[in-house]
Amino acid sequence: MFDFLKGPIYTVQTFYSLAGRALANIFKRPHYWDDVAIQMDIVGVGSLPMVLLIGLFTGAVITLQMARALNQYGASDQVGQIVSITLIRELGPVLTAVLIAGRNASGMASELGSMKVTEQIDAMRALGTDPVQKLVTPRLLATTIMLPVLVIISDFMGLIGGYFTGCVLLALTSGSQFWNSAYRALEINDIAQGLIKPTVFAMVIALVGCHYGMNTTGGTQGVGRATTQAVVVASVWIIILTFFIGKFFVAL
Amino acid sequence: MAAAPSATAALADAPLRMQAVTVRFGAATALDQVSLTLQRGETVIILGAAGSGKTVLLKTALALIHPDEGRVLLFGEDTSRMKESALFELRSRMGILFQEGGLFDSLTIEENVAYPLRNQKSLRCPDADLRTRVEEALNFVELGHTLEKVPTELSGGMRRRVGIARAVVTRPELVLYDSPTAGLDPITANNIMTLIAKERDTRGTTTALATHRYQDGHLLANYRYNANTGRLEAAPNGGQDLRTRFLVMGDGRIVFEGTQDELEASTDGYVSKFAKRLTE
Repeated sequence: MFDFLKGPIYTVQTFYSLAGRALANIFKRPHYWDDVAIQMDIVGVGSLPMVLLIGLFTGAVITLQMARALNQYGASDQVGQIVSITLIRELGPVLTAVLIAGRNASGMASELGSMKVTEQIDAMRALGTDPVQKLVTPRLLATTIMLPVLVIISDFMGLIGGYFTGCVLLALTSGSQFWNSAYRALEINDIAQGLIKPTVFAMVIALVGCHYGMNTTGGTQGVGRATTQAVVVASVWIIILTFFIGKFFVAL
Repeated sequence: MAAAPSATAALADAPLRMQAVTVRFGAATALDQVSLTLQRGETVIILGAAGSGKTVLLKTALALIHPDEGRVLLFGEDTSRMKESALFELRSRMGILFQEGGLFDSLTIEENVAYPLRNQKSLRCPDADLRTRVEEALNFVELGHTLEKVPTELSGGMRRRVGIARAVVTRPELVLYDSPTAGLDPITANNIMTLIAKERDTRGTTTALATHRYQDGHLLANYRYNANTGRLEAAPNGGQDLRTRFLVMGDGRIVFEGTQDELEASTDGYVSKFAKRLTE
């Protein structure tokens, strides 16, 4: 009667099993630091141009859209505050994470998926290496270190975008007023939220990407399916989790 | 009646014993009550059509797949209750050639062949000896000049040969070959089989070979590698080596087990197809 639940329950079970092993492996030898560094380069340095651009234009767009409403209430000098809170609490972490999910969760799923269907994962186990230790843990560590860094950079670029649109393009307020209100609006709660979110999202991106990669079946078609699923599932979970983390901080 | 002491000792010494092993993937049964013992120095040829369970059998033997029922004993140790880390130690005594070679495409040929020496803790090959061991294994398969290449630069046959080099670089007691000649032309297939016979006859390795080609089994059963001439020669006494057994798998079961003569004499419709190929 409940046969239709078998598939989803099995997926959840394998996901948590993989997550548990990947996290436990952080404290176990051997450590593959070379692989961590390579993944940090792929996730961090590789995504930097995209993150700079997206961050800059996100701040610019927020300012552009808020300008009319703020003018109506005669509060256009508060544009720095709006940009800063919106970006640091929410849009910076979420947009950057969705971007990294599209770029790196898919990359992880396709790379590990290809290794799975060409028996490279089996070969690793046969030749004395734990594939979770060698492949998943370095990706988890690298993404968890690099995503918060990328979010900080994205937030800063967003503020610059907001400054140019608000102060140079639309002349809503002065530069000093913009930066002053942006700075004063922030509380420790906002900063904490802005850093905890990307840390959680990074774990979701790496684990979902690796989970779908490691469980790929069905040849090259299966690799394509795993890649799509990884991006969709990671992106959906980012949006769901941002609500719950936000709700937790609002309740504080 | 209790088994004779010598038979019991031989059984305990067997590198591989599978006892009533069943493996299921969801509703599909990949292996159904399979029992198999591989004695030291023995060669087992596992014949069967695609999807008959040959690959699953080898992966279960290597404890890459855990059985749903039954036991797998590797070098006398029951693998079903062992942790993965303990299995690494056992697997270091075995070598495997995967169907498509299973080479790491992001590593060079040298790194691929050195992989088990670097990663298997029990082997602990010193860095100074690493290059020598890798060159020795690659020279064994006549690919000593490919150290710096990556797998995508090699042909299918060359990749299989590198796979053999990686399987034997650790000097294992038991080597499993999964369809080593699948998709290769007859000349390359013959070269691959010569290398397998060379490994078996120069080092006395216990060998399990899964294939759908009867020719592969026929070659291992009837020919020996002569290290002096570097060629295969007909087995002594003009005939088959009784230490070579044939199994035929169908739908996850062993449907035939016996010598080459018994296989050729079989009147079973499915089994006889694997014996007749040679004369077709």
